[in-house]
Amino acid sequence: MSSIGTGYDLSVTTFSPDGRVFQIEYAAKAVDNSGTVVGIKCKDGIVMGVEKLIASKMMLPRSNRRIHSVHRHAGMAVAGLAADGRQIVARAKSEARSYESVYGDAVPVKELSERVASYVHLCTLYWWLRPFGCGVILGGYDKDGPQLYMIEPSGISYRYFGAAIGKGKQAAKTEIEKLKLSEMTCKEGVIEVAKIIYKLHDEAKDKAFELEMSWICEDSKREHQKVPDDLLEEAKTAAKTALEEMDAD
Amino acid sequence: MTFTIPIDNGDALKNAEADSQRTLYPYVTGTSIVAIKYKDGVLMASDMGGSYGSTLRYKNIERVKAIGKHSLLGASGEISDFQEILRYLDELVLNDNMWDDGNSLGPKEVHNYLTRVMYNRRNKFNPLWNTLVLGGVKNGEIYLGMVSMIGVSFEDNHVATGFGNHLARPILRDEWRADLSFEDGVKLLEKCMRVLLYRDRSAINKLQIAKITEEGVTVSQPYSLKTFWEFQAFHNPTAGAQGSW
Repeated sequence: MSSIGTGYDLSVTTFSPDGRVFQIEYAAKAVDNSGTVVGIKCKDGIVMGVEKLIASKMMLPRSNRRIHSVHRHAGMAVAGLAADGRQIVARAKSEARSYESVYGDAVPVKELSERVASYVHLCTLYWWLRPFGCGVILGGYDKDGPQLYMIEPSGISYRYFGAAIGKGKQAAKTEIEKLKLSEMTCKEGVIEVAKIIYKLHDEAKDKAFELEMSWICEDSKREHQKVPDDLLEEAKTAAKTALEEMDAD
Repeated sequence: MTFTIPIDNGDALKNAEADSQRTLYPYVTGTSIVAIKYKDGVLMASDMGGSYGSTLRYKNIERVKAIGKHSLLGASGEISDFQEILRYLDELVLNDNMWDDGNSLGPKEVHNYLTRVMYNRRNKFNPLWNTLVLGGVKNGEIYLGMVSMIGVSFEDNHVATGFGNHLARPILRDEWRADLSFEDGVKLLEKCMRVLLYRDRSAINKLQIAKITEEGVTVSQPYSLKTFWEFQAFHNPTAGAQGSW
């Protein structure tokens, strides 16, 4: 799969003979090196979770937020280069604000994801810019109900029932496919996402991690917010117990 | 009421649009706001009228709104400018919320922001034609302040705008106490609003009283005050008029 694009990978404005743009693929590799980010759409809302790998014991817990609110009704979880992610979140906030200013209503999630995807794609068209080294999972709740979108460094954006990016994305996708999302409430979803992230965290390669989760659902009054502390603790305990049971077999 | 600005617009020929961009006079206006600090927080009263000059055109305008978790904003003056201010504050509060760091804008901060906005607009000779009353409670501290369209800003235990300054404040100066209960506070405000109803031609008998405490904001449903028009002196008003034809 990893082919060396010798000569055709120096610029984002160069195609290779087999029709690939290598710089964009390399950007995607940057995303694959980051901690896993998982998002699922339950029947009454969206749940997003991030495996925040802790680089140093000196870091304050709860710092380095990976999930950001983009408007009242939408939030983004970022994987990949943190600084690039900050830029994308800022742009999303700005687009959401300008839509509301012009049209008087909260930006539909589809529209927001299209605008963000356009912006990410923009940076793959010019040689003086480089592609963003981060992928984003955008969750929102509008008139059409809860929606989940994923935007990749190439500028592709699709709508998903469940999405994962980062190190453990293959394993996470397998786990998500086992879930019956259409029957699950967000409260149950929070516990499932915590279980998935704990399960695919590789103890050998990466030492510590912090779990950051957010949701948008009826319980949160359709506003994007951090999962309340008590539910988060409940999810963490359930996840740890599930791990122990697995190890016990 | 016209308000001409004596500005030497040197290239008035080139800048034909320049003057039409400035606020010259208000169109749809709200009348007084009266607000007091009381034992648990702040009470703010306003009527629901919007006058178009001397016509009482709109009778369902809410001139007191909650801002964030800790503040109440009441406005008199141009209603469209008030709506614009609400839009600015909405963006301010949203950005504050999105930080999600446990902090939230308190009344003192909102008051300061509004003062900056009003003063800067005044310096450009393009004022937002409002007198704003900002009250709130945060961490037990009760705050009440006012900003005018020229950027004059101050805090006090009781404030009133427009006609309220002349008719309501004397009553408040005599009868306000720091430990007013909610019921007494409402009675005091109603006393002020009744005087305004009798004497201010742009007041209507449909008012709302809003309350803010540490717990949050409550805005009452609109209601009317009982009025009495059977005073002897009004029975035959022209009795004493000499030589009127």
